[in-house]
Amino acid sequence: MAARIRYIEAVRQGLQSSMRSDPSVIVLGEDVRYGGPFGATKGLADEFGKGRILDTPISEATVMGMATGAAATGLRPIVEIMFVDFATLAMDQLVNHAAKLGFMTGGLLRVPLTVRVQGGVSGRFGAHHSQSLEAWFLHTPGLKVVAPAFPGDAARLLEVAIADDNPVVYMEHRGLYWTKGEVTGNEPASGSVVRRRGDHVTIVSYSRMVHHALAAADTLAADGIGCEVIDLRWLAPLDLEPAVASLRRTGRAVVAHEAVTTGGVGAEVVARLQAARGIRTRAPIARVGAPFAPVGAAPELEDAFVPGSGDIVGAVRGLLGEAPPRTDGQKGGRT
Amino acid sequence: MTRTRPLTDLEILARMWLIRAFEEKVSELYAAGKVAGLIHLGIGQEGSAVGTCAALGRSDYVFGTHRSHAHAIAKGADLRRLMAEIAGRSTGYCKGKGGSMHISAPEVGFVTATGVVAGNIPLALGAALTSVTRNEDRVSVAFFGDGAGQSGPFHESLNMAALWKLPVVLVCENNGYVEFSPLSAHTVVERLADYASVYSIPAVTVDGGDVLAVRDAVTEAVDRARGGGGPSFVEVLTHRLRGHYEGDPARYRTLSEREEWKRKDPVARFARHLAESGVPPESLDDVEAAARTRVAVAAEQALADPPADPAGVTGDVYV
Repeated sequence: MAARIRYIEAVRQGLQSSMRSDPSVIVLGEDVRYGGPFGATKGLADEFGKGRILDTPISEATVMGMATGAAATGLRPIVEIMFVDFATLAMDQLVNHAAKLGFMTGGLLRVPLTVRVQGGVSGRFGAHHSQSLEAWFLHTPGLKVVAPAFPGDAARLLEVAIADDNPVVYMEHRGLYWTKGEVTGNEPASGSVVRRRGDHVTIVSYSRMVHHALAAADTLAADGIGCEVIDLRWLAPLDLEPAVASLRRTGRAVVAHEAVTTGGVGAEVVARLQAARGIRTRAPIARVGAPFAPVGAAPELEDAFVPGSGDIVGAVRGLLGEAPPRTDGQKGGRT
Repeated sequence: MTRTRPLTDLEILARMWLIRAFEEKVSELYAAGKVAGLIHLGIGQEGSAVGTCAALGRSDYVFGTHRSHAHAIAKGADLRRLMAEIAGRSTGYCKGKGGSMHISAPEVGFVTATGVVAGNIPLALGAALTSVTRNEDRVSVAFFGDGAGQSGPFHESLNMAALWKLPVVLVCENNGYVEFSPLSAHTVVERLADYASVYSIPAVTVDGGDVLAVRDAVTEAVDRARGGGGPSFVEVLTHRLRGHYEGDPARYRTLSEREEWKRKDPVARFARHLAESGVPPESLDDVEAAARTRVAVAAEQALADPPADPAGVTGDVYV
């Protein structure tokens, strides 16, 4: 049986194995030699030296641009953005340059860049350190987006992201860093996976929300309701085949994520599920996500904002006609 | 890196004429409706492009701007593929996906250009980082205009280049106008080279009408970069004789200003200089004629090429 390690250790393991196997892999970020606020890069400077673990000033735009330029000329850089909220500062370089250079040059250039971002709601950090911005990246042609929920995927999919010749945004959830799981190295490199089988309702999710979906499935199982839980893992490219196959059987689905519901990944997933061949839903597909607001810092405000397993349970019961349907499954019924 | 033989004076003049002829051809084709899009010409700024690239080897990196036809030609880009790209042909460097503002000729070290002011400066630093990491002696050049000097990435990049002693030469083409308004409407700083001193980057301001002065200043900067001395800043005072883009009547410029800069035209000025140093006038005329012929042939071939293939609309989004 494979060892159980923490998610944050799995991230470090993915970095380490990639750097050992490919000398063109370098890491750039704020305080990465020290290890960063959560220790993801701790010890890497000792093994790989300061020439490959590069501490940068607080200059996200230029760091992202440098990594893009380095990638276009032969390196395989990994940029760490300490909080995904700060990716806003680097969006020109990420969206206009990293994502488009391959296309705009008709394939003359390629940008094998990995952007590690950390985010999600956890720890009462307030509205500048708690966002889930994956929909922005998903909306950008040229970027790939991956959001692992378990340590096994955290290690394996980071290696896959680094080896990819396209720019990949690799999204870590801070609230998962201390969770443990097996790392086998045999995790599938691409596509989504079924985390739990069930016959009544399909729950599609990713990142930490997968854990809430599994908890909701446990709760509902006690009442004889079987939930099938799909972990998307990759948001771009988006693999909905397992979700479609599941929905064909169940006829009911909930798409759940921690990001704001409006314009979120869930909207894209629902639209694609509805359009898939052979789908006849018994109820409109429900979405669970955060309300249309920044997150408040106070514990009561954060708790009221962040969706969890209770919201998924409520959405499933709503689909089954066991409770009054909420407005689009959105937390608190707000839009 | 294989050192490239330095260009002779006549070769420098030939590059300048190639650029002038190419840009005039683009202007003509645009006016005739044969080239579409947003076209920014560098007529009048040839001294900067050729002077800078004359100091570089083929394997050195250049990162351009929205106004970079001149830089690509100065670095040795193929005229037909470049014209085909600007004209939206499938035979263009980027299969028509880049266009005038996103040209790329990596085989001669012209890596890419950008439509976002200052967006290329961090990219150039990244290429310099590649050189350092791989222990190569390639130098990286970022061209940018005076308008870039007030942007965040410009200042971040100066700080970072100095901090990491990156082998990069920052070439600021100060043509006095930021789009449609004078530099004085954007900053109280008159010489952008002054910004460099804050970051302890050696800086010099040169007359962009004097191609050899530009070459010599950039050569010093390149030598410093190859010797491990880190970045340099070269501010080239220049002037674009056309508007911000083709179609811009440039009413913001006075007639006397235009006349003054026409007198300072870097191409004519260098030809005069060579004539005064004893080069026979007919040789100089031959250089211009040869350049115009090459451009005419390249343009004719490019325009005869098939347009960009609509089937490629989603191609190259991913590798």
